Amino acid sequence: MSRFEELYEAVLSGDNGSAAATTRDALEQGADPQQLIDEGMIPAMAEAGRRFEEAEYFVPELLLAARAMKAALELIRPMLSAHQTEMKRCVVLGTVKGDLHDIGKNLVAAMLEGAGFDVVDLGTDVAPEQFVEAAREQSADLIGLSALLTATMPAMKATIDAFEKAGLRDRVKVFVGGAPLSDSYAQEIHADAYADNASAAVRVAQALVGG
Amino acid sequence: MSHVAPLIAELLADGTVLTDGAWGTELQGQGLAIGEMPDAWNLSQPDRVEAVARAYVEAGSRVILTNTFRANRIALGEHAIASRVADVNRAGAEISRRAAGDRAKVFASMGPSGKLLMTGQVDEDTLRATFDEQARALAEGGADAIVVETMADLVEARIAVEAAKATGLPVVGCMVFDSGKKRDHTMMGVTPEQAAEEMTRYGVDVVGANCGTGVEDYIPICRSLSSATWLPIWIKANAGIPQIEDGEVVYRTTPQSFAGHLDALVEAGARFVGGCCGTNPKFIEALAARLPASGR
Repeated sequence: MSRFEELYEAVLSGDNGSAAATTRDALEQGADPQQLIDEGMIPAMAEAGRRFEEAEYFVPELLLAARAMKAALELIRPMLSAHQTEMKRCVVLGTVKGDLHDIGKNLVAAMLEGAGFDVVDLGTDVAPEQFVEAAREQSADLIGLSALLTATMPAMKATIDAFEKAGLRDRVKVFVGGAPLSDSYAQEIHADAYADNASAAVRVAQALVGG
Repeated sequence: MSHVAPLIAELLADGTVLTDGAWGTELQGQGLAIGEMPDAWNLSQPDRVEAVARAYVEAGSRVILTNTFRANRIALGEHAIASRVADVNRAGAEISRRAAGDRAKVFASMGPSGKLLMTGQVDEDTLRATFDEQARALAEGGADAIVVETMADLVEARIAVEAAKATGLPVVGCMVFDSGKKRDHTMMGVTPEQAAEEMTRYGVDVVGANCGTGVEDYIPICRSLSSATWLPIWIKANAGIPQIEDGEVVYRTTPQSFAGHLDALVEAGARFVGGCCGTNPKFIEALAARLPASGR
């Protein structure tokens, strides 16, 4: 097995220790850090996401894979060139005002981090103005809004409206998700995209920032 | 075969036991604002909560639940009533107790914390203290039994069941099957067979499933649950799969078509039957109309 395949297997099976050990060995032997990410880790997370969407994986397997990816990524990050780190896209995430549910949002955060995004997680019950402020401070590219309750879905619209009012709506892409949501609801509130699950959220986020 | 709790045996002696339907939407009908915490009403609007409980008793529920699904310290989070969590639970049990009189039994509701153990958002000791606090208050308020419901994770379910059992009351243990292509796994990947086996091992008196999917998907779930335990089965299904219309969630299953699944559920092993999201007292009336008089 090549070192890329080993890393791929370690991440996909959620083996934290093996992902870190393989990465450490590979780096010591002079492997290209970027190549470890591109050929080992990202394909592994993509496959974990596929298995999740196909119901072969459930939340625990996905979380373990994301955790293994993170362990490997932490070893690699200091070795990436400044240029590569600057290129990282920033996502501001949160559960909207009035809603305290965060399991789905946290899963999206883990998957986005696994895909190499810089994630700023504002937590739960986040007011529209907090999203706007964080987006401004972080020069965020993407805003991810989560809601589990049908009762808090209108807070998504209020958040998007707040970006309009602040004159920032053209500078960010907004994607939304959560159990009661749908594509048509996302369109209705003028979000840029809807993500049906945590794995789809990565695809959606990548598409919104142009790859 | 092991021991059946006297309360459960007494209820089952008359045949299929009708439980209740959804509370949140009924409370909205009583004026609960969108985004307002339903459980807080146990202290601020007890009469309106009692009206919902009473509507289910009138409709034919022999078991009613309590407005305490989220009333645990973790799920309440920063909400103002978190500091009065025991009062909220005690009041919730007392309200349902008043509405039930001698016509129904009160099975008090305990929902999940909303946090995941495996990500370290919450630990087992905190869960234990949280569920102990809630279960104790529900028992003090006069609950006849406790329903641990909508659980996705077996470890959290076990901790909640242990807390409920510590009160000495009979316990129903329910999980929510909403994931996978056939909606026959919990979010954490637990199957109905695993759920039934584990819940039985934890010492519950009734094994069940609630929410998650429409009544039509519950027949196979119910069959799988019964195949893995000797205990009676409890089913509270949603009124179909929700659809979004003009930004509003609507459930399309009518009370009559919901009740049309009753025979199949009973055949699949269900002994306690009621509804979850999208159901109301009319669904219970429709179920009652299909039961022989002895089962009412």
